[in-house]
Amino acid sequence: MSDLESFRAETRAWLEANCPPDVRGSVDSEDDMIWGGRKAVFKTPEHKLWLERMADRGWTAPEWPAAYGGGGLSREQAKVLTSELRRIKAQPALNSFGIWMLGPALLAFGTEEQKQRFLPEIVRGEIRWCQGYSEPGAGSDLAGLQTRAEDRGDHWIVNGQKIWTSYADKADWIFCLVRTDPEAPKHLGISFVLFDMATPGVTTRPITLISGKSPFCETFFDDVRVEKENLVGTLNRGWDVAKHLLAHERTMIGAMGEVAAGKPVGQVAVDHIGTDDQGRLDDPMLRARIAELDVDAIAFRASLERVGDQVKAGQAHPAVASMLKYYGSELNKRRHELLMAAGGAEALEWEGGRSHDGQSARDWLRTKANSIEGGTSEIQLNILAKHILKLPGA
Amino acid sequence: MPLILTEEQTMLAEAAGGFLAEQGPISHLRQLRDDRSAEGISRDLWRAFGDMGLAGVIIPEAFGGSGLGAVEAGVVAEAIGRNLTPSPFLSTGLLAARALIDGGSPTHQADWLPRFAAGEAIAALAVDEGAKHRPDRIQTRAERSGNGFRLNGAKALVVDGHVADVLIVAARTDDGVGLFLVDPGAGGVRIERTLMVDAHNAARIELSDVRVDADALLGVADGTLLDRVLQLGRGAVAAEMSGAAQAAFDQTLTYLRDRTQFGRAIGEFQALQHRAAHLYAEIEITQAIVLKALQALDAGAPDADLLVSAAKARAGKSGELAVQEAVQMHGGVGMTDEFDVGLYMKRMRVAAELFGDAGYHAEHIARAGGY
Repeated sequence: MSDLESFRAETRAWLEANCPPDVRGSVDSEDDMIWGGRKAVFKTPEHKLWLERMADRGWTAPEWPAAYGGGGLSREQAKVLTSELRRIKAQPALNSFGIWMLGPALLAFGTEEQKQRFLPEIVRGEIRWCQGYSEPGAGSDLAGLQTRAEDRGDHWIVNGQKIWTSYADKADWIFCLVRTDPEAPKHLGISFVLFDMATPGVTTRPITLISGKSPFCETFFDDVRVEKENLVGTLNRGWDVAKHLLAHERTMIGAMGEVAAGKPVGQVAVDHIGTDDQGRLDDPMLRARIAELDVDAIAFRASLERVGDQVKAGQAHPAVASMLKYYGSELNKRRHELLMAAGGAEALEWEGGRSHDGQSARDWLRTKANSIEGGTSEIQLNILAKHILKLPGA
Repeated sequence: MPLILTEEQTMLAEAAGGFLAEQGPISHLRQLRDDRSAEGISRDLWRAFGDMGLAGVIIPEAFGGSGLGAVEAGVVAEAIGRNLTPSPFLSTGLLAARALIDGGSPTHQADWLPRFAAGEAIAALAVDEGAKHRPDRIQTRAERSGNGFRLNGAKALVVDGHVADVLIVAARTDDGVGLFLVDPGAGGVRIERTLMVDAHNAARIELSDVRVDADALLGVADGTLLDRVLQLGRGAVAAEMSGAAQAAFDQTLTYLRDRTQFGRAIGEFQALQHRAAHLYAEIEITQAIVLKALQALDAGAPDADLLVSAAKARAGKSGELAVQEAVQMHGGVGMTDEFDVGLYMKRMRVAAELFGDAGYHAEHIARAGGY
């Protein structure tokens, strides 16, 4: 038996013994999701247990170095773990901006002290992070951000406002872009800092979206003290950290639809609409559209895998994350349009137990943000045109 | 297995790419077409495929081949797609070779495989019968007769049919569909070359009471051998289309940088930049699923047939977009015979139909998905 095969066998046995029944099956609602943090809420004790068991092995961050609490797995081992988790329909043991976004940036730009301090508690789900990037006046033009950090010797005083801060009201700490040099060209006066959301002067206000939910907040900073030891990377070169992190965020958003995909659209359609005497969905036009989606989704999953392997082999262009973000978010919007068509009138209910309080409709509306958050589809196309296709003037 | 080419596969890609750019570039296709070449391919070039070890890429080393797999076959097909090289690589080096490797008797294998690997013989697979690829509805019959079989039926879109030294005919028996070796010179075989839009080879074949020996049947007549042959063909054609799409796109990008209107390069216009970037994404994603499908074929993965269908469907759709954008973005000159983008468009249309178009393969995925 090869090393990889024995790793698969051991992993399968461990998961069988340690993945509780309650965390198997599709993620049907926000309540199922494990986010961790100081204010962690678990749907059941088994959800808590699942996080603890996976975190003990470092498998909430399988490819991070074991020295920082990660799993220390090779890319091939991590693929095996993913496929074994998928095989038993295990839900993610931890959803975390710390793992998806901040961690990779800390691994690349953080000091040894910062890595030792933050990475292990990210792996264990003991700290929940939010991202302070966008501002009311800095959306697609992110580098135009105005939140100011004034130098006060051993610390900064931060004033300003962020917007679209995902789960700011539930987060413990924030990774935040602030302007430390107002005189420099806009990309060269930004720094990347970390601070506790419980610091005096930080307030958050949830924003109600068209889905009726409030995953995003407005976040206000009023004379917030930030210690200088919490600067990540070089002063005034925070844009480099921001871009590195954005590549991970974009890949994450692009992959989200595939990772979180619940019951296949074709099955949802059959359940609601039924089949003809040949066993085909009794709506040929919808059936064709679903089949086209499935073709593209299968191909896109291969592309996610391929880009991951290219990154590992040092063959990936850094801007390829924009391709995954663009395609994955548009694909997820298509998927939810088709889920709505598959559910028909039954997907239109907004409240009540039958519809899980309008789960289909709310999820459908939520996906419309996929092609806006983390940089719009149009921004991604600009990046591809400029950095990969090298088109003039882009 | 990582979803990238190994070092050896990358070297093969470079070798095949260099060889074809030198000996089988688009000017080679133009010459065959403009000279109204009777054979439609160059026997010399096919022998050079043999010398390079490309003709027998999947043929076992014992028969003079390279003994490699579907991924390597795709690597060569991709280079063929970039260069639009007409050759018996698909018909002979892949389809016929697969049929004989998996289903041929030791005698058949010894007779044909070394000659395929050397680029000395040409074979043609006859499957389709009507306008569309419908292997589940094959009507050509093979009836038991004396010591062998009697074949009756009509075939269409037989790649390299009019230059083949041996035909492999898919015909229905009482047990299921089998593949039969047929001598193109045998009584009752009528072959008509069909001149195609892409200037690549194809033929119609009529079979009237064609008698073959019992050992002309390759393997067992239960349809599984045909499936295996078709899966390789679909994967390879998808790779060829992926190469053609990339080449058409590369030429288009060059044009966007060089062509000026309104005093600037047309590639500066965001309307074109966004379409080009979208097309880039489509092509990248197709390349990923094509490689995934070929790897799955080599691994004998249980979902290989679904991945192959996804690859062929994607290659059809993104390939179609690539050549349409190529012609449109080239403007008037894209419509001229002198520019190559039109040749890519023509080849893409034929390749889209070969072994099932995007709709055929999406249908397969829908059925497998239970809807």
